Amino acid sequence: MKLKPEDLDKISEKMRSSTTLREGKGRAWVTVHMGTCGIAAGARKILKTFLDQKEEKNAQDVIITTSGCAGLCSHEPMATVELKGEAPVKYVNLSPEKVKKVFADHVMDGKIVKDYALAKGSERVS
Amino acid sequence: MEDISLHILDIAENSINAGATSVDVEIEEDQRNDLLTVKISDNGKGMDEDMIKKAADPFYTTKPGKRVGLGLSLFAHSAREAGGELKVISTREGGTVVTATFNMSHPDRKPLGNVQETMDVLKASHPEIEFKFKHTRF
Ligand SMILES: Nc1ncnc2c1ncn2[C@@H]1O[C@H](COP(=O)(O)OP(=O)(O)OP(=O)(O)O)[C@@H](O)[C@H]1O
Ligand SMILES: [Mg+2]
Repeated sequence: MKLKPEDLDKISEKMRSSTTLREGKGRAWVTVHMGTCGIAAGARKILKTFLDQKEEKNAQDVIITTSGCAGLCSHEPMATVELKGEAPVKYVNLSPEKVKKVFADHVMDGKIVKDYALAKGSERVS
Repeated sequence: MEDISLHILDIAENSINAGATSVDVEIEEDQRNDLLTVKISDNGKGMDEDMIKKAADPFYTTKPGKRVGLGLSLFAHSAREAGGELKVISTREGGTVVTATFNMSHPDRKPLGNVQETMDVLKASHPEIEFKFKHTRF
């Protein structure tokens, strides 16, 4: 199949709109790393605490999901917090107490909790 | 893993990563035969013959030094420790069924743990996936 310039325009427009759609879905993304190492290190409690915080604060624009191993097993449990339009931040060696602070300060208030963060990366952990 | 409910979560995460849209968890306690069966089925992209071998046996590898996954081999270890075994049936068309059996009263059998919390967090973190859960005792 040969593509005409109009087709390319159409395709790029389609891609743009689907990205906007995805970005438009939620104000904040929380990804809890749920590989085997993470789960063994207590990731279920971490995920549960994030979910409970979301409910408690009625934060419907916060999307909480999971991903596989991030390859940093000794830092588990870990989670990545990404606010719309900002670089994702990885939080390491989490505990339910730390999660509550990360949720209140970063997710709800936009302030990174530097003490618990690994590094300010630019990649999205999928 | 501390208990079986954490293994279930781990195996279900494999299903999620395999693109499943539906995941079934079944726990069967057969008192008469002293047999505990835990089954996780999904409709994800499945594995081919070679991958199943690699996945279920931590010592099987085609390349020396290559890292293999931990989740399935740890589950297999927990089952074997309690006089049971792990079976993986998988096809590219039909998805994957992971079945672990345990000798229920075996002293090394891990407790079931908080299966409810496992199902709750799975559902809440993946609303796009249908999770079903069945627990039977007989
Ligand atoms: N339900 C499934 N559907 C398709 N492929 C699967 C499934 N379960 C496991 N696999 C394949 O088998 C591999 C090994 O799985 P396993 O859970 O043992 O390790 P892993 O998920 O790769 O890493 P981890 O150590 O974090 O669990 C996976 O990487 C995946 O390729
Ligand atoms: Mg796994």
